[in-house]
Amino acid sequence: MSIQSMTLREWLLSETPTSRRQARLAAYYKGWLTLRANHMAMAGLAIIVLLVGVAIFAPLLAPHDPYYQDLGNRLQPLGTEGHILGTDSLGRDILSRLIWGARITLYIVALVAMIAPIVGLLVGTVSGYAGGWVDIVLMRVTDIFLAFPRLVLALAFVAALGAGIENAVLAISLTAWPPYARLARAETLTIRSSDFISAIRLQGAGPLLIITKHIWPLCISSLIVRVTLDMAGIILAAAGLGFLGLGAQPPSPEWGAMISEGRRFILDYWWVATMPGLAIFAVSLAFNLLGDGLRDVLDPKDSSS
Amino acid sequence: MSTAIDIKGLNVYFGDSHNLFHAVKSATFAVESGASFGLVGESGSGKSTILKAITGLAPYWEGEMTVAGQPLGAKRDRAFYKTVQMVFQDPYASLHPRQSVDQVLSETLRLHGFKDINDRVDQLLKDVGLGPAFRFRYPHQLSGGQRQRVAIARALAPNPKILLLDEPTSALDVSVQAEILNLLKDLQAEHDLTYVMVSHDLAVVAHMCDAAAVMRNGEIVEILSIEDMRAGKTAHDYTMQLLNASANRVATVAAD
Amino acid sequence: MSTLLDIENLWVKFPTRSGMFDAVRGVSFSLGKERLGIVGESGSGKSMTGRAILRLIRKPGIVEAGHINLHETNLLDLSERDMRKVRGEKISMVMQDPKFSLNPVVTVGDQIIEAYRLHAKASRAEARMKAIEMLEAVSIRDPERVMKAYPHEMSGGMGQRIMIAMMLIPNPEILIADEPTSALDVSVQGQVLSIMDKLVRERGMGLIFISHDLNLVSQFCDRVLIMYAGRIIEVCDADKLHEAQHPYTQGLLGSLPRFDQPKARLQVLDRDPQWRDAASVEGRP
Repeated sequence: MSIQSMTLREWLLSETPTSRRQARLAAYYKGWLTLRANHMAMAGLAIIVLLVGVAIFAPLLAPHDPYYQDLGNRLQPLGTEGHILGTDSLGRDILSRLIWGARITLYIVALVAMIAPIVGLLVGTVSGYAGGWVDIVLMRVTDIFLAFPRLVLALAFVAALGAGIENAVLAISLTAWPPYARLARAETLTIRSSDFISAIRLQGAGPLLIITKHIWPLCISSLIVRVTLDMAGIILAAAGLGFLGLGAQPPSPEWGAMISEGRRFILDYWWVATMPGLAIFAVSLAFNLLGDGLRDVLDPKDSSS
Repeated sequence: MSTAIDIKGLNVYFGDSHNLFHAVKSATFAVESGASFGLVGESGSGKSTILKAITGLAPYWEGEMTVAGQPLGAKRDRAFYKTVQMVFQDPYASLHPRQSVDQVLSETLRLHGFKDINDRVDQLLKDVGLGPAFRFRYPHQLSGGQRQRVAIARALAPNPKILLLDEPTSALDVSVQAEILNLLKDLQAEHDLTYVMVSHDLAVVAHMCDAAAVMRNGEIVEILSIEDMRAGKTAHDYTMQLLNASANRVATVAAD
Repeated sequence: MSTLLDIENLWVKFPTRSGMFDAVRGVSFSLGKERLGIVGESGSGKSMTGRAILRLIRKPGIVEAGHINLHETNLLDLSERDMRKVRGEKISMVMQDPKFSLNPVVTVGDQIIEAYRLHAKASRAEARMKAIEMLEAVSIRDPERVMKAYPHEMSGGMGQRIMIAMMLIPNPEILIADEPTSALDVSVQGQVLSIMDKLVRERGMGLIFISHDLNLVSQFCDRVLIMYAGRIIEVCDADKLHEAQHPYTQGLLGSLPRFDQPKARLQVLDRDPQWRDAASVEGRP
């Protein structure tokens, strides 16, 4: 069958793929179709795509310099000429600060999403597959991290390492990995005893190959789902550190820090704290919706569709 | 004829030191190379456990096991897995849900050190009666019978001498079972294989095997030829009971 | 013979990405006070037929039928509330694996008592008496002990007998058994079947016995419907199953290895595409 004689869609949905590439692309395409059928997940995805777009084109989109102070023009209400979302206590344009803040939010989210799940995956799968004393040691370490209140531990890290976004990210990651390790271990325990792992062991495969090529692909999907669902928590934790003055430092337009600044005027000038709050809310919700949709697509337990 | 599998006084245990379960109790049997040997019994009789012990999937065992002339120790080396392969009961569980047929077979061949992987994958698929159209499919695009064929192809990849079959058709429809059993018979003739087949279905074992061991609660109660079994020539009540139960299932009324 | 259940032109459909999938395609049959077997391979629609009668097909599945009449009532017209009364009181169902049908954290006794009191306004003591009586009826020797046990302490055969006891307590007119013995060992299968047989006969119930096992059905039932690709392709008396006319039924029988008749190769079923398109046979006596 030639590719010319059928549409791309037919080629992708073919029940008899003729190459590795076609088979893999077809699997992705079917996942995309399932995701696309979920309107809420698509709404979440749209918000996230919008956020990424805003972050990339911040210099073009922002009407003002986010750091430009105009004390004569401070605490302007919503809808003011030239300042649609008003201005803050130093007369800075809130909309511009939100737009630039999207970069910081994405930066934090991306870094945490790179570090925590990967550490968790490594610890969890090794622990689950190896069993015995390796499992006991790794899981007790995980328990110790889990036993600390998350924000307090992050505070301690930031206090030790110094305030700043990078350190905040590091602190959040260090407190965020244990649940991923637990999840990965639980998945590994069920996968480990399944017939297809026995079958590959009977081909003489070693533990390294089994963990990386057979267990990881099945764990990763549930970790991705978990990460997207946790994204809201991560953004809030970063905002919380910012709020406490231990994350992004002023005058950086980090959303949490903006709420912190607006807090003093919340009764008389509510929009100063509310606008970044709404932004955090929208992005958190978007990640949650996407996570729910991804769960339907990625869950290996019902990949029969 | 040489002896393919010789097992003497095999004991297998499950669990840890506090809570040890004695799954197989001093099992002794031998299988000639090129023959088919059945292990029959009800669930929990220890028949599958014997296969696990041979393949090294059940680590706590004692006794003597000799496979293709080599005594087995605690570890199995790659040469062992080139000689002995296994087909599992449930084809829905024995294939990785995220790997295409091609990935499964190529990886297996690579692990056994083959070079001409592309040709061999095609040949294996042809051997088990699947065309090249199936090569890039994922398990969820295959029926139960097709999956079991893939699992058989995987087991055949290293050109083994001995195939352990753990209820290879009990999860399949009867018409598909017939196809798989025919395929297994053909493969045995072509590749000169030795089979050890575990099943709860006496008719399937009788169709496939020359002799069988009847197991109950971890013990082999009797080893008898299939002719004797068909003729009802058995020394043991339990074998008779099994024969009756599978011949006439509704009539066996027994209280508790 | 009076008709308990009559089904006219039953369809079960599931929407999929590539259009509508018809699991059951226009099946008509009736059930009297008899043991009716429905046999077929996986995907033949036999289980879907059983579930559709009790309206247990989950969304997005769709059930359509001319009627599903229990005596004079069309079950399709009932509200979900009335349907709940029908399930259990009039029609009960026994599933394949008792492990999944019993609540693991409640004792067997409490579950049976609860099931009884859901349908009959009885005191706990009365319900308890009834439960013990039922456990005795399914040949459980020590019902007092079993009442106190949890489901995981029971063997598979015991669990299935308890399920049957539970289903029979409200005295239903029809029992639908979906592969009730395929998770059990052969020797236990016999016990469970004979108990089911006895109860169905004594109480004059109608039984729909769904199974993939031709030999079992031919030994156990009165009448057999053979399903293929969502349709009934043949109806015959169970004791004449081995004289079946349809090539599919013959093929299924031929593909079984026979203990008493050894043969070198098993017959392989050649599926004729016409079987799929042939009209459904009416399953009324």
